[in-house]
Amino acid sequence: MEHIIAVTVENKFGVLSRVAGLFSGRGFNIESLSVAPTLDPSMSQMTIVTSGDDRIVEQIVKQLNKLIDVIKVVDLNESEFVSRETALIKVHTKAEDRAEALRIADIFRANVVDSTPSTYTIEVTGDPKKIEAIINLLQPLGIKELIRTGRVAIAREAIRPAVSQPKKVARE
Amino acid sequence: MKLTGSEIFIECLKREGVKTIFALPGGVVLKIFDMLHQQKDLEVILTRHEQGAGHMAEGYAKATGKAGVCLVTSGPGMTNVITALADAYMDSVPLVCFSGQVPTSLIGNDAFQEADNIGLSRPCTKYNFLVKDVNDLATTIKEAFYIATTGRPGPVLVDIPKDVSMAKTEFTYPSSVAIRGYNPTYEGNKWQIKQAAEAIMKAKKPILYVGGGVVFSGASKELLELAEMTQIPVDMTLMGLGAFPGEHPQSMGMLGMHGTYCANMAVHYSDLVIAVGARFDDRVTGKVSEFCPYAKVIHIDIDPTSIRKNVHVDIPIVGDCKAVLRELIQILKATVNGDQRELRKPWWDQIREWQQAHPLAYQQEPEGAIKPQHVIKRLYELTKDRDPIVSTDVGQHQMWTAQYFKLAKPNRWLTSGGLGTMGFGFPAAMGAQAAFRNRLVLCVAGDGSVQMNMQEMATAVVSKLPVKVIILNNRFHGMVRQWQDLFYEGRYASSYLDTTPDFVKLAEAYGAVGLRANNVGELDAVLKAAIETDKPVVVDVPTYPYENCYPMIPAGGCNHEMILEDPPELKKKQSGVPGTGSTEDKDTILTA
Repeated sequence: MEHIIAVTVENKFGVLSRVAGLFSGRGFNIESLSVAPTLDPSMSQMTIVTSGDDRIVEQIVKQLNKLIDVIKVVDLNESEFVSRETALIKVHTKAEDRAEALRIADIFRANVVDSTPSTYTIEVTGDPKKIEAIINLLQPLGIKELIRTGRVAIAREAIRPAVSQPKKVARE
Repeated sequence: MKLTGSEIFIECLKREGVKTIFALPGGVVLKIFDMLHQQKDLEVILTRHEQGAGHMAEGYAKATGKAGVCLVTSGPGMTNVITALADAYMDSVPLVCFSGQVPTSLIGNDAFQEADNIGLSRPCTKYNFLVKDVNDLATTIKEAFYIATTGRPGPVLVDIPKDVSMAKTEFTYPSSVAIRGYNPTYEGNKWQIKQAAEAIMKAKKPILYVGGGVVFSGASKELLELAEMTQIPVDMTLMGLGAFPGEHPQSMGMLGMHGTYCANMAVHYSDLVIAVGARFDDRVTGKVSEFCPYAKVIHIDIDPTSIRKNVHVDIPIVGDCKAVLRELIQILKATVNGDQRELRKPWWDQIREWQQAHPLAYQQEPEGAIKPQHVIKRLYELTKDRDPIVSTDVGQHQMWTAQYFKLAKPNRWLTSGGLGTMGFGFPAAMGAQAAFRNRLVLCVAGDGSVQMNMQEMATAVVSKLPVKVIILNNRFHGMVRQWQDLFYEGRYASSYLDTTPDFVKLAEAYGAVGLRANNVGELDAVLKAAIETDKPVVVDVPTYPYENCYPMIPAGGCNHEMILEDPPELKKKQSGVPGTGSTEDKDTILTA
């Protein structure tokens, strides 16, 4: 089963290869991995998409936790989460296709971020299914180049029932 | 006052209480060696190969319980020490290895003797550091010792570029370490420990399965107390030998591939396995799906990744063995009632039956070739009063030593368990001898494995490390030959060592003492002579070359299905070939 694991790590050189090395050295699979610094520049956040049965995922989480540069590991599948991926798609656009390309982009709320007489570069963000869908529609026009970021994910904030709480009385 | 990187290095070692370091110099670490040369209270043991330095540091660490320290140069120095780092990583040995690196300005330029030390050592160290700035050096060294010795211990590498060892800065040694991603759990979960206590009280056929973790956490006293209080039999892993007194009536000896019949049967038929500081290695479990099929499993380990990695665990307890056992004993003290001995009687009756059915045994004919087991048995009997430290290489001799040398105390057993590194024993013994100059340190080796680090004999002689090396010489890679006999129809592919050197002459060539026991009658006298010598000694003992190590669970087999002796066709074959393994026998051996 697919799991999305959020890993907070020290923002130091070599940490990415420690994490990647853990996966390759123990025969775990990485489907996608994205990294960038967090609000606190001394830390980075990784989103790792991997797959395996419960036993394998438990090992992955434990082994990640064991790495000294790893500060926090959360298996997002244990709760609700939101995940997004961005793709940049460069499509060939003959004169008669240009309107069609724009229409498809519009359907998916994608933006054209670069344009030449013969190409459009379309930026689309969403879950992997949405990205697959737009790729499928653009394919007949001819995709010249395609780049995907891999997924980023964040846990959904739990919605607390709106119970009326006694108001705190200010001291002053 | 400003100090150079090299001076900081030495100050840090002193603050960490390091007395001995095992080292071999090279271009980029010359500044450090120059400073070491001027020290009186830091002993440098110059080894002949960096692998030797690494294993010596391991032996030092295993015998003392403190971090072993080694220092090597860049490039080939680093690649040579890797085997020792990997070995220490597998056996959780606290080790701090310092490697030299080319100047920071040249890193990544394929400079002379450059290697990516961080990349090379990453998969075989607990952690590693590249010190890019002399201002970070003291903190890094402090962190290295902290990481190596806390939690589940392991090797840590500190890579020091040449310019960092030359640069100057103000020296301050940090008083504490805070690493936000590293917080080992020492205290076990109280609720879980209570569950464990309840399971122990309910169990009819429990067994303690103890590993190296008990030795490293210094929990032997607690283990003994728990075992005696509850009257539970104790199985030890290869790494756990010495954690529980070998001659104690509750000791079952070693379990696993070459474990005793009784230890393996007990674990197979038990209804509760209490694993303490052990990791369910495949050499112990055999076929994982059929390991202890009737038992609930309690697993106490400081490393959460060890738990549920290989086998199903009912009651996991993450924590330090010593702390958890203490807590467990407290709870049990309050709840144990009735005579445990009486309560466990049916279980013990069964165990004694197994013990009597298939004890460890061999046959030594008075006029025949020397049996390797007999050498170990005599060595044990002749030295046990002197509380020796025993190291081994890897192979049949290692298993026989594990079976027949019954260690009474922890930190007396130096062996390469996880990685199975041939060539480990001799340098490891020297490391222990460097820590305890007046103790008796024995190394049991095979003629194959001892040749992998024989060059360290020079180090032993020069550094006055009077290690006694007993070579069980069968002119074979014995364990390989055993597998070939059992699983490859006796085709001895590359297991016969045609030109084994004359070890007596070799020892003498290095300035050590060489002795040989030519027959059983000479054995005791030769061993005694070796023990009494205050120099490094090599004892060459030509042994019966076809002796196989039993019991044996074939790889992937089930624990209660042991091979207990040579199959009939093998016995027949062996009776037809000469027994001493001398060179004249070669043709007969290879065509037999």
